[in-house]
Amino acid sequence: MDTKYRMHLLVCGGTGCIASKSSQLIQLLKEELEANGLEKEVQVISTGCFGFCEKGPIVKVLPDNTFYTQLKPEDAKEIVAEHVIKGRYIERLLYVNPETQEIIRDAKNMGFYRKQMRIALRNCGFINPENIDEYIARNGYSAIAKCLTEMTPSEVIDEVKKSGMRGRGGGGFPTGLKWEITSKSISDQKYVVCNADEGDPGAFMDRSVLEGDPHSVIEAMAICGYCIGANKGIVYIRAEYPLAIKRLKIALQQAKEYGLLGENIFGTDFEFTIDIKYGAGAFVCGEETALIHSMEGLRGEPTIKPPFPSVSGYLTQPTNVNNVETFASIPVIILKGSEWFASIGTEYSKGTKVFALAGKINNVGLIEVPMGTTLREVIFEIGGGIKDGKKFKAVQTGGPSGGCLTEKHLDLPIDFDSLTAAGSMMGSGGMIVMDEDDCMVAMAKFYLEFTVEESCGKCAPCRIGNKRLHEMLTKLCEANGVEEDLDLLRNLSVVVKDTSLCGLGQTSPNPILSTMENFYEEYHAHVFDHKCPSGQCQSFRRYYIDAEHCIGCMVCARNCPTNAITGVKKQVHIINQLICIKCGVCMEKCKFDSIYLN
Amino acid sequence: MDTINIKIDNKNFQVPKGATILDAAKSVGINIPTLCYLNLHDLNTINKPAGCRICVVEVKGRKNLVPACATECVAGMEILNQTVRVLNSRKTVLELILSDHPTDCLICTKNGHCDLQSMAMNLGIREIHYKGEQSHYIKDTSPAIIRDMDKCIVCRRCVTMCNDVQTVGALSAINRGFMSVVAPAFEMNLEDSPCTYCGQCVAVCPTAALTEVDHTNKVIRELANPKKTVVVQTAPAVRAALGEEFGYEPGTLVTGKMAAALRDLGFDYVFDTDFAADLTIMEESAELLDRITRHLNGDETVKLPMLTSCCPGWVNFFEQHFPEMKDIPSTARSPQQMFGSIAKTYFADKLGIKREDMVVVSIMPCLAKKYESQREEFATNGNPDVDYSLTTRELARLIKQANIDFDSIEPQDFDHPMGESSGAGVIFGTTGGVIEAAVRTAYEVFTKEKLHKVEFQQLRGMDWIRETTIDFNGTPIRIGIAHGLGNARKLLEEIRDGKSHYHAIEIMACPGGCIGGGGQPFHHGDTNILLARQKALYAADKAKVIRKSHENPAIQKLYREFLGSPMSKKAHELLHTQYFDKSNQVEITKD
Amino acid sequence: MSKIKSLDDLRKIKAIVEEKMKLRENSANSEIHVQVKVAMATCGIASGAKTVMEFMIEELEKRNITALVIQTGCMGYCFAEPTIEVTMPGKDPIVFGYVDTSKADQIIEKYIKRGELVDGIIPKNYESI
Repeated sequence: MDTKYRMHLLVCGGTGCIASKSSQLIQLLKEELEANGLEKEVQVISTGCFGFCEKGPIVKVLPDNTFYTQLKPEDAKEIVAEHVIKGRYIERLLYVNPETQEIIRDAKNMGFYRKQMRIALRNCGFINPENIDEYIARNGYSAIAKCLTEMTPSEVIDEVKKSGMRGRGGGGFPTGLKWEITSKSISDQKYVVCNADEGDPGAFMDRSVLEGDPHSVIEAMAICGYCIGANKGIVYIRAEYPLAIKRLKIALQQAKEYGLLGENIFGTDFEFTIDIKYGAGAFVCGEETALIHSMEGLRGEPTIKPPFPSVSGYLTQPTNVNNVETFASIPVIILKGSEWFASIGTEYSKGTKVFALAGKINNVGLIEVPMGTTLREVIFEIGGGIKDGKKFKAVQTGGPSGGCLTEKHLDLPIDFDSLTAAGSMMGSGGMIVMDEDDCMVAMAKFYLEFTVEESCGKCAPCRIGNKRLHEMLTKLCEANGVEEDLDLLRNLSVVVKDTSLCGLGQTSPNPILSTMENFYEEYHAHVFDHKCPSGQCQSFRRYYIDAEHCIGCMVCARNCPTNAITGVKKQVHIINQLICIKCGVCMEKCKFDSIYLN
Repeated sequence: MDTINIKIDNKNFQVPKGATILDAAKSVGINIPTLCYLNLHDLNTINKPAGCRICVVEVKGRKNLVPACATECVAGMEILNQTVRVLNSRKTVLELILSDHPTDCLICTKNGHCDLQSMAMNLGIREIHYKGEQSHYIKDTSPAIIRDMDKCIVCRRCVTMCNDVQTVGALSAINRGFMSVVAPAFEMNLEDSPCTYCGQCVAVCPTAALTEVDHTNKVIRELANPKKTVVVQTAPAVRAALGEEFGYEPGTLVTGKMAAALRDLGFDYVFDTDFAADLTIMEESAELLDRITRHLNGDETVKLPMLTSCCPGWVNFFEQHFPEMKDIPSTARSPQQMFGSIAKTYFADKLGIKREDMVVVSIMPCLAKKYESQREEFATNGNPDVDYSLTTRELARLIKQANIDFDSIEPQDFDHPMGESSGAGVIFGTTGGVIEAAVRTAYEVFTKEKLHKVEFQQLRGMDWIRETTIDFNGTPIRIGIAHGLGNARKLLEEIRDGKSHYHAIEIMACPGGCIGGGGQPFHHGDTNILLARQKALYAADKAKVIRKSHENPAIQKLYREFLGSPMSKKAHELLHTQYFDKSNQVEITKD
Repeated sequence: MSKIKSLDDLRKIKAIVEEKMKLRENSANSEIHVQVKVAMATCGIASGAKTVMEFMIEELEKRNITALVIQTGCMGYCFAEPTIEVTMPGKDPIVFGYVDTSKADQIIEKYIKRGELVDGIIPKNYESI
């Protein structure tokens, strides 16, 4: 049994990498090792997400920390033959810094990892999430053991309070305070709810934590239950996360078998069980009250607070709702102490934050950095800068409800308050980077499209207001904007923010307001100059035929899908702008470069 | 009462602790406009989803505006109700709502009665700045109710009535965002849903999204047909509410004016459903006494309590939701149907005309009556006993269309013989009235003694569920009353679970009984109107010389000449009915 | 699976698994540990590098030295195989040639434990990536 492996191959088994066939890769690696009689020397471990999703699937070879990227199942043979047997690094599979073209073998030397500090993600990409023992080896369940055997609930709450931990789901409400309020609500039955209804487009931190380290969430929920006096926990997770659900189920089963869930945990009279409830993936169900209604089998829509869930939540009982990432950080706080945690981060935002980097950035993926890290560090050092050497234009933080920050904000230390002050928000940690080719009006329109889709429809400003905002932005992007629209857009944005019932509508106009604030000239150009400065909005395009070069070959006219091009053979053709749908086919087909864009 | 100090628009006020900003403001005479909010005070029913956001106010220290209807005052709160920010927000939000609403007010059924229209007027909307796509839905027409969801503003008042008050569950909000709409499950038609046509959704709808099926034009055509003898009956609750449509104070009885107006409209015989109510009492009390007597004699098969059956919304409800108990309610038909049945037999015979040449129109406070009149079992050879059932509102429309000056018209009496009624018949229109009328007759028949005090205060009032025991000369008769189908459900569940201890229960589907029916003039959330109508009916009862159904000479004559005795074979044929299992309608939506 | 009923039970499991996962923990903190690279190209394997590697792994563990034994490709000293490179934390790597198990034993005892040099050091003439 005591096989001592001299080498570990950590293979990313996150959803992204599995989609790129990492399961087959694992299978083939195992087969190859066996074929070479190495199965006793080399262990293959399927882990959670490494975060470096841009280049998945990934294999990290230990002890030498060699980091292979973008693997295909068929690379298994070469990895075993060359690296495992002969110790040779396979250069073509190593990571190449896109900016310097430098080949980097050791993950530790990659900019992507250098600036990161992993607390919530401490076990992701390191342990096998389907093996509770590996979690235990990493001090797992020691925190709950410590709480139950050495601390009173109020001492634990104090510790969490002193750590300065704030809710990672978006609101940034002090976690310890929330626990304290729920603990003081008097009731025979209370609930701990884990909000795993991650809904921001492009965000996947909660999914990754649950896929890569489900036990950390389970342990923290039990700690929370101990603190507030609850013996039931519920994970509300979107059904579109099958892998996270599967791993969570395995983890729950294992914890139960070890007696870490159930009755008399660690020989005390503390009892705690966890159920899973599935959401259908509605963005608004990330809002606590909507989430609770959804769990109750009601329509997933928010109700006005107060009463807060801490007082009257699930089935009208006191309910503590925290997000996955918040929970994942709790065991570390208990073990390493509040002082340690509070030493990380900024004055009012302690610890680290996980971000999902996306958009026009080289290293798309999941990162965790100390609060106070600047946007520049995140985008240019960890994120590896802008794709294809383009110019940075803006970054949208906080998902669709956040705002868009610009060049001038790059040296802003990121924390809850600084982002809000800059007109955006932390949100759950989405970060979408835009380059010079992105039109800010179109960007705002994109986000509004999402909120229009995700509005629950309960309150009028969100239900109709967002629709009208989207329609106005569409009008601008389709080159039909008039001067009055800009004032109306601003007024409506302010009113929707001011009057909506829940966080969704109260933030949905943020992308408009922040782009109007930072890129007003683009809005102005769409209306007054009749053009889209970045060139993204198709409706502003005008294709013309250069009379000097056109030889009248008729190719463009034949290929035009709307018959917008007319002309007689061997004579200069003309594009009818009223019929043209700006598809660009003519330009593509013209062999004489005689079609140009304004 | 504990009070706290708050400031509204920089003025200090003392308001009750725990009050919402809306109630607090109201208590000191400050008006905050509301749209989706509906508070039926005397019925303990409140709809405050805080969804329309018209009542938003500024609270110092709060980042966003808050809805006054759903935000509780706290000591020291500083509220601003008049700032530019507040007024602009309200206007903008209302413009948004209007931007997704047809602007065909001139030809809309609700023109002049629409809460949205008045709100637009009050807030001075002159232009809708935010234009865009509007929602379009197929109109859903059922036998009683029309759903025109293009006009729905998703205030959820109907949802509250249908689910919380009535527990029918036919309507709920479906879809998300801009596509949100109130509809039966799977957007099925109302007719296929568990809808009971109680019409409470229509009664509270602020716009014309939910309205009654209008039969006024068909009636006008019948009135113009010289070959037809058109007979009209008017339900008890109509006379206490019709006046409101012509500017009279709620609770004004307009019985005589109504009769005169009907005659002016061209009805050949203007009769009273109260007559049929007396007839119902004859049959229903006979049935009750029969059951009680058998029960007292040890017959264990007898079903008790007996439930009243004159409310068609209630009949639909138990046929759909409690079909296993369909042999518990009285088999007596409702007054509307008894009237139709007698009119097309007894009265038609008297006139010497065929039933096909007679048209019976009923004026009802009710929408379910429209459906009831269309039930197959209430027709002979395809000819219905009641041809058209109009609501109080439709009658008002008819009168207005005919240019009848309701104000100056001289009151007239009903025609004979089916216009004669007792005070017992008139109180049918309020919750508790049917059972009180039944007691007046049952007591005298059972005890064979004269009842000296005909008013039973313990049966009156507005509490959802009331109960009392009446001493029938040594035999205690336990009586229950419920109005609102949700309360009926509670009593039914007690019966189902064998916990009921009543002999008789009166059930009315609508809050308040027929005075609060879905076909009545709109109360716009003011329950004082219902109380005034109730008071008017009791006054009408008091004013009558004859106050017991069995003392109505026209009824006595009818039995003498035609029916024989209550529960006779003929009475069974013409005045009783049977119920059907319609649970499949509910099953569909349960799955 | 037996139930964990006390902190001790938890610690027991932790101790066992921790042992198995030490390689991962140590790799994550490679800079603070001794690193031993064994050249395992064809020439190395032919002259017994695998035995040396296995010896190093086992002996270092037995002697309670936390070290990472890493196999590597050809270091270019085919004449002196098997070769190993030892990097003490914070120091430059040193390459030893002609390593067999007894030499390996010396390297552990003298260089790794006490910092004393051992015969057979080969001047470093390459850059490792």
